[in-house]
Amino acid sequence: MPWLSTLMAVPVVGAVGVSLVKSDKLAKQLALVVSLVVLVLTAVMAFRFDPALGAAKETRFQFAEVYDWIPAFGVHYGVGVDGIALVLIALSVILVPIVILASWHDADGTGAAAPPRRSVKTYFALLLVLEAMMIGVFAATDVFLFYVFFEAMLIPMYFMIGSYGGAQRSYAAVKFLLYSLFGGLLMLVAVIALYVIAEKGTFMFPELVGVIQDPTTQKWLFLGFFIAFAVKAPLWPFHTWLPDAAAQAPAGAAVLLVGVLDKVGTYGMLRFCLELFPDAAKFFTPLVITLAVIGIIYGAIVAIGQTDMKRLIAYTSISHFGFIALGVFAMTTNAGAGATLYMVNHGFSTGALFLITGFLIYRRGSSQIADYGGVQKVAPVLAGTFLVAGLSGLSLPGLSTFVSEFMVLLGSYERYVVPTIIATTGVILAAVYILWMYQRTMNGPTAEKVKGLPDLDARERWVVGPLIVLIIALGFFPKPALDMINPAVDHTLSNVHISNVHVTPAVAEKKGAGQ
Amino acid sequence: MNGTTITAPTIEYALLAPMLIVFGAALVGVLVEAFAPRYLRKSIQMPLTLLALIGAFVTTVLTALNGLPERAAAMGAVAVDGPSLFIWGIILILAFVSALLINDDDQFVAQAAAVPGSVDEEEAVRSGFAQTEVYPLLLFAVGGMLLFPASNDLLAMFVALEVMSLPLYLLCGLARRRRLLSQEASVKYFLLGAFSSAFFLYGTALVYGYAGSVDLRAISEALGSVSGQQTLLLVGVALLGVGLLFKIGAAPFQAWKPDVYQGAPTAVTALMASTVLVAAFGALLRVFWVALGNLDWDWRPVMWGVAILTMIVGAILAITQTDIKRMLAYSSIAHAGFLLTGVIATGSAAQNSQSLSAVLFYMAAYGFTTVGAFAVVTMVRDAGGEAGHLSRWAGLGKRSPVLAGIFAFFLLAFAGIPLTSGFFGKYAVFTAAVGGGALPLVIVGVVSSAIAAFFYVRVIVLMFFNEPAADGPSIAAPSVGTSAVVALAAAATVVLGVFPQPVLTLADQAASALFIR
Repeated sequence: MPWLSTLMAVPVVGAVGVSLVKSDKLAKQLALVVSLVVLVLTAVMAFRFDPALGAAKETRFQFAEVYDWIPAFGVHYGVGVDGIALVLIALSVILVPIVILASWHDADGTGAAAPPRRSVKTYFALLLVLEAMMIGVFAATDVFLFYVFFEAMLIPMYFMIGSYGGAQRSYAAVKFLLYSLFGGLLMLVAVIALYVIAEKGTFMFPELVGVIQDPTTQKWLFLGFFIAFAVKAPLWPFHTWLPDAAAQAPAGAAVLLVGVLDKVGTYGMLRFCLELFPDAAKFFTPLVITLAVIGIIYGAIVAIGQTDMKRLIAYTSISHFGFIALGVFAMTTNAGAGATLYMVNHGFSTGALFLITGFLIYRRGSSQIADYGGVQKVAPVLAGTFLVAGLSGLSLPGLSTFVSEFMVLLGSYERYVVPTIIATTGVILAAVYILWMYQRTMNGPTAEKVKGLPDLDARERWVVGPLIVLIIALGFFPKPALDMINPAVDHTLSNVHISNVHVTPAVAEKKGAGQ
Repeated sequence: MNGTTITAPTIEYALLAPMLIVFGAALVGVLVEAFAPRYLRKSIQMPLTLLALIGAFVTTVLTALNGLPERAAAMGAVAVDGPSLFIWGIILILAFVSALLINDDDQFVAQAAAVPGSVDEEEAVRSGFAQTEVYPLLLFAVGGMLLFPASNDLLAMFVALEVMSLPLYLLCGLARRRRLLSQEASVKYFLLGAFSSAFFLYGTALVYGYAGSVDLRAISEALGSVSGQQTLLLVGVALLGVGLLFKIGAAPFQAWKPDVYQGAPTAVTALMASTVLVAAFGALLRVFWVALGNLDWDWRPVMWGVAILTMIVGAILAITQTDIKRMLAYSSIAHAGFLLTGVIATGSAAQNSQSLSAVLFYMAAYGFTTVGAFAVVTMVRDAGGEAGHLSRWAGLGKRSPVLAGIFAFFLLAFAGIPLTSGFFGKYAVFTAAVGGGALPLVIVGVVSSAIAAFFYVRVIVLMFFNEPAADGPSIAAPSVGTSAVVALAAAATVVLGVFPQPVLTLADQAASALFIR
């Protein structure tokens, strides 16, 4: 059975169906059902996945399908997953039904901020199209196909921000699109040059690994790919589009933007930058690590200064992306596996934060921290889940993000002591921005306008519940995810030809730390 | 004279059939204008035009199926080779599509000779005059476009250039609304066009002086054998280049494009923006690759400069435009720059055929999208005719989501987003250019693509993210022809963006043997 193609086809067909049905309510229900079907299919696929096969070159990508697409350009429709891609696909397909449920009223125009009513069907159709593209971008084993998804997925997100976002939505949407497009076009040059220089006549990723040997060529091509990914991720100093886009996007779209789309950047660094251009990656490592550490500290400090909750969460993400990039470029198994797990955990934790903030904004009509206070008294469940999500954002031990952050820091410390020590201060700053935001919005005397705000209703509890469960479960028992990730990261690093120390003890260590 | 017998020239009528059909129909059209009563003219002209274009297309396909000739036809004057046939195919389809647009009522002036706003004009409008001469004019222009890229000697090419251009000068001046703008466009186009033709002719003369022949193959051979006349040759080549670059609207010869595109009736703009660009690129390729292929060390640096300038000028000036047609004109300039990167990417025979194939594919992709975009422009109207000003397009996505969606799709194709035809077009020429060692040019290309994306996206923002103006333009109920054009263009943009392989194969086949000499 062509698993991955099915996974992509189902949401696309679903999107067509959603845009054709007559009633808005039916469209929402259909979208939810479709996304749940995709989730179930992915779960079945994940159980059939055998991490042990990841070590061998031939079986590295499982569920592989390869068909000629454009023979004239050597382009294939090539999909397949290793452990890294699989967990990221899992992240995407888990988030989509949650986001659909959370966005139930986003396009209705019923929020307290009195957003104009817009086409409900279009919103949910765009969500499903985006889901198909998210699966495609992680599953692509053809560099060209990856590029096509990488660029094409901008379009549904662009319309979701621009049509359904806040007051500054069109500015934010255009900024988002142009930044990403610019990065993408630089990558296009590198993609073309890779094809021409490799002289393989194919874009299949496994055949391109290790082909480019010349160091100078590697450096230029690396930069072409890296800048695109650094804009996407985003790394400091390419980050300025993210706070605008995330703050203006509707909460659901912001979750997918920060939770999944940005991961394409860090995923791309791990998969393409490291494996295709290993020497250049080593050459640029000091630079990237510097940028990552600056991003960790800068994102955290600027987050502390924010007055808008969504912008604050966006800046915390810039700090977190710094950790992920640090983990990727530290090039140790611990750091690489930690970074991959970090991508997943960050998706859940930031997703929960964005969604709960979204519920709050839907009730009160403002995203300004100053407009809140004492929410804890009127809406205890909302405040409580917000606290758990926030604590996962500051990597409290026992929650999933702690495991990954610890692994990244541990793995980076093996190679880069000073940067890791500086990065660790980001953990302290995280406590400041999260707890201070919690204090200002949830504690204290209840603000006048906040009185009478309802607590989370059943639908909203179903949105937040699974995320909290995942955050706690992966915090105490990350093994299933790590079992998938570790062989894939090892394989990646073996292609980078880097000597590796401490592979096995790490798992025991961080498990102990998690408890 | 005495003693020499004049042998009759051999003419391969079968090979030239597409041109002969188009020109023949154009002549019949003139006779119709002269003899048929006024009320019948349109109902004769329209089918005649469409049938002629279909007939020419069918004969083009038949010629292609019969195998390509080894040598130029008509005593070496016309080269009916792979690239020519491919270009003919594109031109004929696009001309057919544009003819459907031209067929719409109410775009052309009732009587061109009447002074705008005069009693004469009112009289003409009242009595239901219609300028049905547009059909034969269209056919003459298309005939010229067929000959232009296929000409194998410079004189034939010059004649083709004039046959193509003169009807267009006239067509530009026939807009029913905003007549002064239209007439101004016509005069500007005529004056500048005549000027550039003069450059071309002068260049032909100088090159003849150097090579002793106007035949492209003979010029190519002379490059190796004639010495000491370098100045004559280089000046001649420069002048030829000016004439040709003017027609494609490359910077610094682009100034006419926005004015003419804006003033001309939109259906004629669609024709010019698609077919003329294709024909002119065909001619440019033939002159610079066939006749001057061995001189590429001399012309390539200049072409680099022209390509860079064209891409940047087109992309940057487009940002400042407030009129949709002017914006599309600047976008067309930028696209001419992208195409030039393919023209420059010469090298080995395999490299040349790859570049040629890329340029051919790009032209097919771009041509359809352009015609579609202008067709949409004809449908967005307010009281004064088409709503040209960009601010009038605000909120179009709310009023008619389907039309705005299709237009947004065309714009994304212009911007080169994957899964549209524009992406593969750009990808093909850029790959060819990287293969030809023009990496810096490609970098300039992608940077200007990013700049260009800004103004395409801005229109999408206007249409979808802004509230509609209270007295905004209405969407004219499209005629069957116009809807067919939009649908066809959208379909072509999707199909070439998702399954480009068949057309790429066709372009590869057309380009594999390169130009015959």
